[in-house]
Amino acid sequence: MEKNTSQALRTRLLAIREKGMALVFLLAALVSILCVGLICVFLFANGIPAMREIGVLDFLLGRTWKPGNDIYGIFPMIIGSVYVTGGALLLGVPIALLTAVYLAYFCPDGLYRLLKPAVELLAGIPSVVYGFFGIVVLVPFVRTISEPLDGKGNSIATASILLAIMILPTIIGVVEPALRAVPRSYYEGALALGATHERSVYTAVVPAAGSGILAGIVLGVGRAMGETMAVIMVAGNQARMPKGVFQGIRTLTGNIVIEMGYAAGLHREALIATGVVLFAFILIINLAFSALKRRDAA
Amino acid sequence: MRSWKRWHRDARRHPLSALVSLITHLAALCTVLILGFLVAYILINGIPNLKPALFSLTYTSENQSMLPAILNTCTMTLLSLLLAVPVGVGASIYLTEYAPRGSRLVALVRLTTETLSGIPSIVYGLFGMLLFGNALHLGYSMLSGALTLAIMILPLIMRTTEEALCSVPDMYREGSFGLGAGRLRTTLCVVLPAAVPGILSGVILGVGRIVGETAALMYTSGTVEKVAGLMDSGITLSVHMYRQASEGLYTEQAYATAVVLLALVLMINLLASRLAGKITKGRQA
Repeated sequence: MEKNTSQALRTRLLAIREKGMALVFLLAALVSILCVGLICVFLFANGIPAMREIGVLDFLLGRTWKPGNDIYGIFPMIIGSVYVTGGALLLGVPIALLTAVYLAYFCPDGLYRLLKPAVELLAGIPSVVYGFFGIVVLVPFVRTISEPLDGKGNSIATASILLAIMILPTIIGVVEPALRAVPRSYYEGALALGATHERSVYTAVVPAAGSGILAGIVLGVGRAMGETMAVIMVAGNQARMPKGVFQGIRTLTGNIVIEMGYAAGLHREALIATGVVLFAFILIINLAFSALKRRDAA
Repeated sequence: MRSWKRWHRDARRHPLSALVSLITHLAALCTVLILGFLVAYILINGIPNLKPALFSLTYTSENQSMLPAILNTCTMTLLSLLLAVPVGVGASIYLTEYAPRGSRLVALVRLTTETLSGIPSIVYGLFGMLLFGNALHLGYSMLSGALTLAIMILPLIMRTTEEALCSVPDMYREGSFGLGAGRLRTTLCVVLPAAVPGILSGVILGVGRIVGETAALMYTSGTVEKVAGLMDSGITLSVHMYRQASEGLYTEQAYATAVVLLALVLMINLLASRLAGKITKGRQA
């Protein structure tokens, strides 16, 4: 009798432990939902009132940013982010795509074992180190070549070049697996029809990996738009409408970091609102990325 | 290797293909040269600047010592991992071992995790400042920095852990169930140990992100050049380097800091790929 009850107790305890831990794991899984919720709530709650006070249109489309006079227009920064990101894509995407094709279809095995970790290393280098490299190498370089045009070293061009380097590993990392995932029969079929190796790769395999390639580019856009420290270090950070490729610019990310240290009151809230705008941009880009990836998987 | 003669013949017959091949090779070379140049430039200019004064125990504006920043980076890494790894691993266990197939909750968790992994670090910094710094009154402290970074590396930990758990063969689970073990025991004693190398490589990548992070920490853990406790503001190595480089007065010291950061990242990457290699080898065996 006694033995029976203790046995029953043990089974019950085990069942409770089993249920309890299942609950703990479930709670852990809910943390990421909670975090996204909290981020949205805190950013919007702190940023939207400022936007309303300034006027949404005046805030988004205003061309003057003068916190001293209580004028907060972030249009120059939006344009700055767009220009710098566009420049980075223009320079970085072709090189990244071709490198991904090289890694997937042209690279000898021995070399691949060396190149793959090298590209991964490129992804792991901290952005301050990239920024520093920009300061000591790219800024003087751009200053020299743009001298006849009365250009500056800290400019849209410099930031674009640096960002182009930084998005290389991001794009390669998504596109190379996408290329490898294309069934071997596409390539072999093209070869059997008499196409050369290059022609088979570029006309049969690459189009088949289309949405994977697009996903890589979209991820690159997100990275370039969200990059902060490296851009601040080379972009010049003048809060005014861009005046040329070789002139300075300020991005949305830069605006936040540069002025947050001493901002107060409405100025501070306007900076948080800048973060909200950046966050909205990134959310749209992310949704596009996951939609593309899902189409790729289907 | 194709011989030069054959290449020449092919190129004459298919000039366009030869051109495309050339461009592809050049692009790859370009990527490699950029990486090589960057690493070599910083190492060559930085190593001569590594002076013992840079490693003295207290920071003064004269010696620009990076030792306090290095120690703070270690504290920050440990704290963030302590917060992120249990949650991340627990969440992945739920997603792979417990959740019913096709559950809406799992889809939502996946979506939010993907969203988290795309948020730029400055937005994390703003959020950390607003929630941990202001709302929870932690101010500029290592703890608010670590909490912010923990959220930032959570998606990374979850993704790698999930991959590792999924790659454990179902045989293991069936064998364990067959011997009468419950789900909890199967997960903790059979599946999880088999997935440890994969989880570790994710953790190491997380360490890499923590070490390199700047924007998320400037307004959460602050920029005080002192060895910091849990509730004190303390600078980490990347922020320290940003300060040096942007002030423009300490270029030599910034070179040295860059070397230390680069060496750390190199080590972290080697370790991670060594572990990843071990997993694939284990799977083949």
